[in-house]
Amino acid sequence: MSGREFVLHTLNGFSLGALLFLLSSGFQLIFGLMRIVNLAHGSFYLVGGYVGLTVLIAGGNFWMALVAAALAIGVTGLIVERTLLRRLRGQPMPEVLLTVGLSLIAADLSLARWGGDPILLPRPELLRGTVELGGVTYPVFRIGVFGLGLLVVGLMWLLHTRTRIGAIVRAGVDDREMVAALGINVEAIFTGAFTLGALLAGVAGVIGGVFLSLYPGADGEILLYGLVVVILGGLGSLPGAVVGSLLVGLIDAFGRAMVPSLSYFLLFAPMALILIFRPHGLFGKPD
Amino acid sequence: MQLKPVEKEVRVRATRTRRQAIVGLVGVIAIFAAACQAPGEEESGESEGPITVGVLTPTTGTVAAAGTDMLNGWNLYWELNGDEVAGRTIESIHEDTAGDPQTGLQKARKLVDQDNVQVTVGPLLANVGYAIAEYLETQPDVIGLNPVASADDLSQRTPVENFVRTGGWQSSTPHHVAGDWAFDQGYERVITLCQDYAFGHEVCGGFTNTFTDRGGTIVKKLWAPLGSSDYSSYLAQINPGQADAVFMLTVGADSGRVIKQWEDFGLKGEIPLIAGETTLEQSLLRAMGDEAVGLQSFGHYAEGRDSSATQDFVEAYQEEYDDVPSYYSCALYTGAQWFAQAVEDAEGDLSDTQAFLDTLRSVELEDSCFGPMALDEHGGTIMNVYLREVEKDEEGRLVNRPIEEFNDVSQFYWYDPEAFLDQPVYSREYLGEDWPTSCDAFAEDCPLEE
Repeated sequence: MSGREFVLHTLNGFSLGALLFLLSSGFQLIFGLMRIVNLAHGSFYLVGGYVGLTVLIAGGNFWMALVAAALAIGVTGLIVERTLLRRLRGQPMPEVLLTVGLSLIAADLSLARWGGDPILLPRPELLRGTVELGGVTYPVFRIGVFGLGLLVVGLMWLLHTRTRIGAIVRAGVDDREMVAALGINVEAIFTGAFTLGALLAGVAGVIGGVFLSLYPGADGEILLYGLVVVILGGLGSLPGAVVGSLLVGLIDAFGRAMVPSLSYFLLFAPMALILIFRPHGLFGKPD
Repeated sequence: MQLKPVEKEVRVRATRTRRQAIVGLVGVIAIFAAACQAPGEEESGESEGPITVGVLTPTTGTVAAAGTDMLNGWNLYWELNGDEVAGRTIESIHEDTAGDPQTGLQKARKLVDQDNVQVTVGPLLANVGYAIAEYLETQPDVIGLNPVASADDLSQRTPVENFVRTGGWQSSTPHHVAGDWAFDQGYERVITLCQDYAFGHEVCGGFTNTFTDRGGTIVKKLWAPLGSSDYSSYLAQINPGQADAVFMLTVGADSGRVIKQWEDFGLKGEIPLIAGETTLEQSLLRAMGDEAVGLQSFGHYAEGRDSSATQDFVEAYQEEYDDVPSYYSCALYTGAQWFAQAVEDAEGDLSDTQAFLDTLRSVELEDSCFGPMALDEHGGTIMNVYLREVEKDEEGRLVNRPIEEFNDVSQFYWYDPEAFLDQPVYSREYLGEDWPTSCDAFAEDCPLEE
């Protein structure tokens, strides 16, 4: 592998990792805090992308699409949590089944509304073109995605470590019952976390629409990556989500290039190893 | 726009049930009428009544755009020419294969077992094509029209008697021309990037075989799985200093991504791109932008071809569906034209499947939206191949304009058919790189260097 290829694969891995972080930070927060495996998270991503598409078709620009998708999916998340998930609190099986059902409904409705054609969203004016970076030509958009990923990491970190809400969330991940017993309104925190997770998935959908394109089935594919990230990184751990996302992005980029026929194996083998030897993930705490 | 095929299907079905009711009614009347039939008059057999055709195209999944075009092309022919041929009505039932061999097989079974179709048309992908061909082999009374699935072996090593290329092609045929042509351009070292499944292997094999016969070298072979969402890892391995050109073959949604990224990663203009038929295909050009303008590809269809057979079709299609038709539309349109011609030649008599298959194989189209077409003795299509360049037309639409035309191209190109068929079908392992070693394998002048 030449130096040029190495740089390119690394950049590719980072940009994919940033996209995965947008998606999985919310997924992992919901998982860690509420113990819900939200299998509709991929649908939040795909529908978010489609909402962005609708805004773009209506004449909006990329940033409007991004905001619209974030709001629409955030509100959807809020409604889902308030009206559906709340009724099943503490019953893991029905919760998972509910999210599976939602994802199936979303997939069919999306197919009926937006069709089966794969759609590539246009990039924003600001992030078109390429730059020379370490001797290689690289698209600005991907660097922008990495930048956005870093920004969200920063904001999440501030939220986690510098705010009261963050403290409650961290405490909630560790011991929900104790937090509730202290008189803190855990329900409100749950709703907030779920809404934030959904919102980030909506943002990821628009970014993913530019990067990977939108098509029926993209929801399941990205969810799978999200699951790998969460399992590698660990439940409810922010550093876990960051490291997990980058790891999966890099494994994917290098794996595809170096051993293309084993690229899925390379992705899932570490996950299996982690499950066997460190089931709580690299950064998660054992229950 | 995407809803069209669904609506169509519903409409086709609705008319079918209504028609079935009418047919039933007519049947009752016929029984009474037969009683008073004058002696000596022929009784009606299988050579009358409607012919039901099962249309197998993917209208969901990665290749949904192309599958919709196929369906449109099929419907357009019957809309323009009427659905009655030699006194028989052609009725169509559409099923979605989703671009998946298992689903395709199920749908084919459903059409034959439940809908009792006599004829099937489709599918799109080579792997689905093999699955359906295998099934049709067990259903000798069903006539399979195959205008799209281009798997080489369907007319080479394992032809299926009742699965006929009616307006179809072979994956490797246009790309045999491409390999020969590339060497003429002075390219000696080429990197290939092809989709990693049967179709991609055959296309890459076609290019590699003739290109290496001339003395060219494939310096790197990249294989991307169908449905790769990100091509950056593959493009990163293309170093413009290492090769004179890149040969690329992608399918469906992958093409949009790879062409976009080709520009994103600064390869456009940096190294010449020779694309295969489906990479810069009209159904995908619709979703592409300036990144595709000026790119060249080889194919057996060029929507910008200056001939009335192509242009009339393009205009009619545009009027009906408001899109420039793709090769998939042209294929099913030609398939319908081919089938109608055969039904006409057989005077509407499909009762003897064997005889009808012979009629079907003897059809020669003087011109079609593809150009002239006929079958060789192996059932392979002899056709035109075009070197095409993507251009923006007056309305800002991207169109493939032919810049060079190669006539009467055979599936064996310059090889001796027997020697060619002795080799395995192109695969990842066999791309014809080291074959042939002697001039005996050529039907025409030997391109090998002494």
